[in-house]
Amino acid sequence: MFHRLSPDDPPVEQMVQSHKLRPLELLPWLAIVGAYFAFPEYLSLGSQILLTVVFALSLDLILGYAGIITLGHSAFFGVGAYTAGIYALHISGEPLSGLVVAALAAGLVGLASGLVILRTHGLTLLMLTLAFLFLIHEIANKAGFITGGADGLQGIAMQEIFGQFRFDMFGRTAYVYSAVVLFIVWLFARLLVHSPFGRSLTGIRENVTRMHAIGTPVRRRLVIIYTISAMIAGIAGALLTHTTQFVGLNVLSFERSGEIVIMLILGGIGRLYGAFVGAAVFMIAQDELAKADPVFWYFWIGLLLVLIVMFARGGILGLVDQARRWLRRRV
Amino acid sequence: MTPALETIGLKKNFGALPVANDINFKLAPGARHALIGPNGAGKTTFINLITGRLSPNAGTIKLAGEDITRLSQAARVKRGLGRTFQINMLYKGLSVLENVLMAVSEREGRGGDMFRVAGSHRDIVEEAYALLERLRLADVAMSLVKELPYGKQRLVEIAIALGLHPSVLLLDEPAAGVPSTESSIILDVVESLPGDIAMLIIEHDMDLVFRLARKITVLVQGAVLVEGTPAEIAADPRVREVYLGERQHG
Repeated sequence: MFHRLSPDDPPVEQMVQSHKLRPLELLPWLAIVGAYFAFPEYLSLGSQILLTVVFALSLDLILGYAGIITLGHSAFFGVGAYTAGIYALHISGEPLSGLVVAALAAGLVGLASGLVILRTHGLTLLMLTLAFLFLIHEIANKAGFITGGADGLQGIAMQEIFGQFRFDMFGRTAYVYSAVVLFIVWLFARLLVHSPFGRSLTGIRENVTRMHAIGTPVRRRLVIIYTISAMIAGIAGALLTHTTQFVGLNVLSFERSGEIVIMLILGGIGRLYGAFVGAAVFMIAQDELAKADPVFWYFWIGLLLVLIVMFARGGILGLVDQARRWLRRRV
Repeated sequence: MTPALETIGLKKNFGALPVANDINFKLAPGARHALIGPNGAGKTTFINLITGRLSPNAGTIKLAGEDITRLSQAARVKRGLGRTFQINMLYKGLSVLENVLMAVSEREGRGGDMFRVAGSHRDIVEEAYALLERLRLADVAMSLVKELPYGKQRLVEIAIALGLHPSVLLLDEPAAGVPSTESSIILDVVESLPGDIAMLIIEHDMDLVFRLARKITVLVQGAVLVEGTPAEIAADPRVREVYLGERQHG
């Protein structure tokens, strides 16, 4: 099933097979299945982690691959969450159609904002993503008749998935539901980053001048990935609504935008699995440390981030890579 | 015969400073044409105007007779205009093969494919690798570009441009920054390029220019001073004044 490529294989062979699944890539899925049985009392936290991985994956596509630096990504998470909530309250409590509607709404907002924001670069782009998030946040705050304003959307009641699986109080359904959605998103994201389109995003990140000079329609590619990323972020937001049956203004908070960037850097950007590791480490640490001291835990996260950024630019997975290379040289 | 590339009355100002001053220029199909001139003469600006990195204040640019003055950079590339940069513009964190693959894949119109893995286009990978073999880069195909010596990086720069199958190739100082021991490899490569590519080469190294070019245009302060065969240029008193004169006086 697995072809282990070695540096001795012909270069063409190595390139043609570079997308083949490596055994290590199954590790997160073993962990996700294992955690279901090993920690039945932590399944709510588990589904929160899983949907955060979906959110982090969406960010990795634009930040890690295309090199778009954003501090406003929770705008799309929030649009997805609110859309799912409003859809459940007023149209149907059926979750799967809710996911689709949320993805479409977030994608539309992503497309519209991307067309404007992606005309700029660097600091201007960063400030525009932030400004856009504040705009959406204020709209949600003022439009209380549909969003519930500062009180949030209450009384959401989700139907069974496929008419079969009720969202139970132990969070079993929520966990499996989130895991399956994450799996589908991961399959799609993985195909995307190994496609010529995904490679061209890496090219844009590595050298945008050269991309123009080889005939790449750079802005169009960026708008497309920004829209896709917004859709996936919207799916993550909808998962939050479906699994907690509540939407508050904090889905559109600046903290959420900042934290997801921190998680991704912590895990390692531009490699898909950084999203898994970063979200899990961050949220488990938050859960454990907050038990000891609900305020001071941010200190430890801050310290960890300083160490990672100064000594391990590739994040936790970058460290793992270095360790593996070191071991191989030793053996 | 329609020129492969033509500029008519091309003008560009940076503020009050004219950097391209009414440039009328023709590049014949299959040409080996050199553009020389002192520093700041506007040679790179001229290239940037042709490729669309800069837009002119006035004038027309034609590629094989078609007006491309208002087209985007990407659209010009699609019509057969390729270039290399004076300072390397490479994907430093990617392998040499991937660098060339990027260009071949865009040329084939595959760059936007989302639902197939890149490896499924085996023909594209093989073409990119064959190009590396031609430029004697096959042994470093899987090395990251940033790990290569500068001379080899300059070759990758040329390989990417060739991957586009250009009909017109603009080479902006291909041997710039390369120690003279390695520059002969680059010269060999440039000399052996297919004859149907019309080539415009900017170069400071006069030995290289006189060895390669069959026609030379001298640019001074954004305007064409003189154009002619290498022998004519070498004998021209105005060129001697601009170029060699400085040395004689100094």
